Amino acid sequence: MGITIELEVNGQPVKREVEARTLLVHFLREDLNLTGTNVGCETSVCGACTVHVDGKAIKSCTQLAVQCDGAKVTTIEGLASNGELHPMQSAFWEEHGLQCGYCTPGMIMAATHLLDNNPSPTEAQIREGLKGNLCRCTGYQNIIKAVQTAAGAEG
Amino acid sequence: MYPAQFDYKRATSVEEALALLTEADDVKFIAGGHSLIPMMKLRLAQPEMVVDIARIDALRGITEEGDGVRIGALTTHAEIAASSVLHEHCGLIAEAAAEIGDTQVRNRGTIGGNIAHADPGSDLPAALIAAGATVHLQSASSTRTVAAADFFLDLLTTDLSHDELVVAVTIPSLGRSTGCAYLKFEHPASGYAVVGAAAWVKMENRQCSGAGLAINGVTATPFNGNEIAQSLVSTDASDDRIAAAVESVQPEDPMADVFASADYRAHLARVFAKRALVSARDRAV
Ligand SMILES: Cc1cc2nc3c(=O)[nH]c(=O)nc-3n(C[C@H](O)[C@H](O)[C@H](O)COP(=O)(O)OP(=O)(O)OC[C@H]3O[C@@H](n4cnc5c(N)ncnc54)[C@H](O)[C@@H]3O)c2cc1C
Ligand code: FES
Ligand code: FES
Repeated sequence: MGITIELEVNGQPVKREVEARTLLVHFLREDLNLTGTNVGCETSVCGACTVHVDGKAIKSCTQLAVQCDGAKVTTIEGLASNGELHPMQSAFWEEHGLQCGYCTPGMIMAATHLLDNNPSPTEAQIREGLKGNLCRCTGYQNIIKAVQTAAGAEG
Repeated sequence: MYPAQFDYKRATSVEEALALLTEADDVKFIAGGHSLIPMMKLRLAQPEMVVDIARIDALRGITEEGDGVRIGALTTHAEIAASSVLHEHCGLIAEAAAEIGDTQVRNRGTIGGNIAHADPGSDLPAALIAAGATVHLQSASSTRTVAAADFFLDLLTTDLSHDELVVAVTIPSLGRSTGCAYLKFEHPASGYAVVGAAAWVKMENRQCSGAGLAINGVTATPFNGNEIAQSLVSTDASDDRIAAAVESVQPEDPMADVFASADYRAHLARVFAKRALVSARDRAV
């Protein structure tokens, strides 16, 4: 009972047959081999699976692939261009915004969505904007710094 | 974690969505999927067929209508929180929507799904009751309206019948000189409301000329405190008057969990009702 979906993932057109119950995160990881997007909790709380759908950050473990038929999806693999890291990726690197790195792809996708909507957020706005993303290593301080650095670089 | 198998259909109009309801025994609409998909993963819901209504454009958007605002069922929490129309006519709804979950949840979850799901810890129900909102429902054969105050019947149970769709919610304009506040005591793990108090107060010539109050999270359905709030009308709505009024916030059968006992929830309900009314009043003058 496959359903054919056509969408754009990181700028590339993609056409695949999926089961209705396939979650977007599994479609990305298993059908498209885009394993940068992580699965943490599977219960919509940790944000490790955050990707952009039509320019908005969403949790891909709480979305069916069929719901995204016709959408434009961006994953962490789609941020760098021409071999140059995205300013948010560089800022995470420079500010040591990661330790084990498990939360990082989701953090970066949530953080880029935040700056898209609010290019110079206050610290409180950064914390609120990343509320849906959990990190068990860094204690968040350097993640906040990374977002501030990226905001400076982009501004 | 996968949901069980189901058939997936996509509707492009309200009529088509309602017609698809008859194609299987257990059919569920999906809007944002942010309550339904978690329920399906846990197999607490196992619909035979899921009808995707997210592409019905007629159900989307916020518009001024008569002396108020109409919010289409598919409007997301993020759109509601950012709406200048709502901030002008009834900021209470926008403020409550901004407190829902996190950015990602607000980008996907919809007002129609939020009220149809009717989680007692949801943020929108009390705001809608306090504001005197009306829910608009449609079935294949008829349309009807229900006051938000009569819509929530029990835990995860509403007046919505199996053959109906939530089309929109309308909210009367609260008018000038009105202040609003939604104050939430958040569950530290789930982020849902342990208590969420929604209040508005209208002040004219230092006298209260209208007020509303409702509280999420404490009882299976929101606590309707509108009469309590209205007891402030024709007074100066001073801190003392508000403190005395909220003594009548005595929810029947408060819920309890490992985090908050029934007594504690009832106590918090009064504390948050008072704070919400006080800050609504302060914002009005
Ligand atoms: C991590 C997380 C945190 C959350 N935190 C909060 C919070 O703090 N506060 C809060 O209020 N909510 C919270 N939510 C719930 C969120 O608000 C949901 O978006 C909302 O409850 C459901 O909206 P939906 O569009 O996603 O509905 P769906 O999940 O698509 O549907 C939910 C139910 O409503 C039915 N339905 C949907 N639309 C209609 C319609 N138009 N007519 C008839 N029936 C319909 C569906 O059939 C289904 O039974 C959270 C969710 C998650 C995943
Ligand atoms: S894996 Fe999606 S939120 Fe945790
Ligand atoms: S770096 Fe390890 S979870 Fe965030």
